[in-house]
Amino acid sequence: MTTMTTTTKTATTVLDANGVTMRFGGLTAVRNVDLTVNAGEIVGLIGPNGAGKTTFFNCLTGLYVPTEGKVSYKGTVLPPKPHLVTQAGIARTFQNIRLFANMTVLENVLVGRHTRTKEGLWSALLRLPGFTRAEQASRERAMELLEFIGLADKADHLARNLPYGDQRKLEIARALASDPGLLLLDEPTAGMNPQETRVTEELIFAIRDQGIAVLVIEHDMRFIFNLCDRVACLVQGEKLVEGSPDIVQSDERVVAAYLGTPFEGAPGAEEAAEVEAAEADAAKDAAQTATTSTEEEDTR
Amino acid sequence: MTTNHTTAPGPAFLPIPPAAARIGTVAGAAVALAGTFLAWTWTDEFPGDLTVTGYPGGLQVLTLIGAALTLLLTLSGYGVRGLGWLTPGGTNSPVRLLALGTLGTTGYTLGAIAYDLGGIVNLEPGAWVSGIGALIAAVTALGLPGDQPLDGTATTAWQRFRNSLGAPQAPRAKALPSWAEILIIVAAFGIGLYVFAYGIDTDYTELFIGFLITVGFAFTALHRAGLVSRLTALTTKHRNITLAAALVAAVCFPFTQQKEEYALIGANILIFGTVALGLNVVVGLAGLLDLGYVAFLGVGAYAAALVSGSTMSAIGVEFPFWAAVLTGAGASLVFGVLIGAPTLRLRGDYLAIVTLGFGEIFRLTVNNLNGNSGPDLTNGSQGIPSIPDLNFFGFDFGLKHNILGFDLGRSANYYLLMLVFTAVVVLVFRRSGESRIGRAWVAIREDETAATAMGINAFRLKLLAFALGATLAGLAGTVQAHVNYTVTPEQYQFAGSVPPNSAFLLAAVILGGMGTLSGPLVGAALLYLIPAKLQFMQDYQLFLFGIALILLMRLRPEGLVADRRKQLEFHENDQPDVPEPRQSEETAAGIAKAGA
Repeated sequence: MTTMTTTTKTATTVLDANGVTMRFGGLTAVRNVDLTVNAGEIVGLIGPNGAGKTTFFNCLTGLYVPTEGKVSYKGTVLPPKPHLVTQAGIARTFQNIRLFANMTVLENVLVGRHTRTKEGLWSALLRLPGFTRAEQASRERAMELLEFIGLADKADHLARNLPYGDQRKLEIARALASDPGLLLLDEPTAGMNPQETRVTEELIFAIRDQGIAVLVIEHDMRFIFNLCDRVACLVQGEKLVEGSPDIVQSDERVVAAYLGTPFEGAPGAEEAAEVEAAEADAAKDAAQTATTSTEEEDTR
Repeated sequence: MTTNHTTAPGPAFLPIPPAAARIGTVAGAAVALAGTFLAWTWTDEFPGDLTVTGYPGGLQVLTLIGAALTLLLTLSGYGVRGLGWLTPGGTNSPVRLLALGTLGTTGYTLGAIAYDLGGIVNLEPGAWVSGIGALIAAVTALGLPGDQPLDGTATTAWQRFRNSLGAPQAPRAKALPSWAEILIIVAAFGIGLYVFAYGIDTDYTELFIGFLITVGFAFTALHRAGLVSRLTALTTKHRNITLAAALVAAVCFPFTQQKEEYALIGANILIFGTVALGLNVVVGLAGLLDLGYVAFLGVGAYAAALVSGSTMSAIGVEFPFWAAVLTGAGASLVFGVLIGAPTLRLRGDYLAIVTLGFGEIFRLTVNNLNGNSGPDLTNGSQGIPSIPDLNFFGFDFGLKHNILGFDLGRSANYYLLMLVFTAVVVLVFRRSGESRIGRAWVAIREDETAATAMGINAFRLKLLAFALGATLAGLAGTVQAHVNYTVTPEQYQFAGSVPPNSAFLLAAVILGGMGTLSGPLVGAALLYLIPAKLQFMQDYQLFLFGIALILLMRLRPEGLVADRRKQLEFHENDQPDVPEPRQSEETAAGIAKAGA
């Protein structure tokens, strides 16, 4: 899964963000970020907390109007209105789960169908012939999606009563209900245990296999490097590096951004070695583990 | 003997042997019942004539009913064959409630007689017989075992008392044949109509208060007995039949009222309820707190009055009624869009304040369009009086007509006309709620940002809800103008003494149950009937109204008629989270899951 799809320019571009900049007053949260997502690709977006990943997502989905730059989906420039973006074919989930808590699971997914159905108020009031058919079709599609993510048996539960992992899944199902060409996932595995994370991974692969491109924000590096065809790293609002997981993983700047760079006059290797030696003398076992751990971090 | 009283899950509130307690309750209720056939006082100065022996009248009837119900439910607790269906839920707590209710009614009656006639010497032996019987029944009923185990934290007497009045949920009923279920629904609506008509028919304050006490306790008792939830289950199963039965019951109402005055109360309740239901679209479904909603009723009423052919109308044209209705609804729609378009960009509290402002602006504008401080359109504070009665194909609404041997007066005619509009609004509410549009409204109410991210054009849908609500209010306004003969600006203020005003409308929605179909209608009926019947508390009306709201919010925040959603929202911890298993696609997902 870590093949070099980055270089194959033959694939059609689904999302093309060009020079996106977002300023809040004097603060530039996102600076001149370019990002493309091609059809059938899973792209990861990583970066330390506060790097501007979610802000960038909000720019893509029209929740924020970018100060500069433009976002186009399959060649057409997107208007900065969330509902038009969804209508165009980009669906998203939220970092902090934003389900319709007091609606049932099925109703949540049905709301996701909103843009793909046309029945208006008159149709509902007069129960025009198309109405029942469209309702039925929406319901079937929604149940299909619930089947897909494995929540079909909980269709009548209130969303608020679902366990945390299921709520995350339901958010994905709700987003999928709008038949998107691109799915934006904002930290889909936050707060999940390793097993749930693995299930989510499978789910995202299955979504990709349906021909939906996926852009995912995540902090879980193992998850990201397993999953993505391409990873971009955002630091302080700027795109630092983009490429295959191998490249990003071994990029010094990415490591520095996550772990910090040594400041000027920081203890050099020799001094560090001296300290280590002294410590090793003092308490052998404890020092042993300490050095191995620092070494591990260095090599990363 | 059934098992439901031999195994006692909870201790009794008073330490009386259960067998003795049950015998005492039966005896007490029987004595109270017998006492109602005796004279309670010597003079007919006390209203209702309680002097006749052998024939209960007035308040005695209420005691009679209370005692009879107590007797029935206690016997059901004995496991008497054929009565078990009365208490599928709690067995003893409904008896307790009914016995207390009987004691309350009887005690109130005795007190009222003594107060009105000046002293307890005016009580005849019959009164004492009933009073003591009711007291015995109430005290011994408190000795019956509890229906639910005592909560470990309940230590004070008050907590133990409250616990003794609680009851577990009734288990699911066996499925009856459909015709039997439909018959039960019809019978329930028949009883409901009778009780409602009786309440409106009460001629004097004492009887109405007694009625409230009896109905309040009896309804709670039936709720504890599990009958209400059984009935709700049936009405949700047969929703269309329930709606039809409700409509038939509503049509029958004017035939039960011989007095013009009471039919007018009915017509006004219907107007109030219809407008409240329209507000429920805006507040209950879309979650837009509109504090100036009555202005749309006013727009409809003024529009209808202006084209009614009233001599005082500045326009002086006379439209046929259908055109007047369209004018009224259309005018409200236009105002709804005009006011909604700028204000709906606000959320939450800000929206509430701005709508409150617009509501007042409407009243002040209408007040000033008098030819003096503005162009003469609405005749200022005088309003538009002498709106002529409607006439459909020679059927004059102002005259008395004899239909099937019943005399239907002016108010009854308008009541029936209004009922058509109510039916339309009910249909609109139900159908819009259970559609793509209704789901989008609820989604916006739940989380507007997430809703827009799901592709919902939030502004447009909010405007749609606002405009639809305004139109429904305008419809009701066109009838209201004719019922009241006159429209004045003072009818359409934020808070006033006569119910259809913004504060009372909102209260009806919240009291009844937000987002439900029947809630606002129930809330409106209570909010109109109680002040209309209890004239003596006119001066304290708003004060009492405030207290009632506070108590309701404390004790039952989801409203009298709660939909499943709200119930779960407010009582998260004491509700089982698992819904009933799916039966069919049809029942699965309604937005407004109200009984009817």
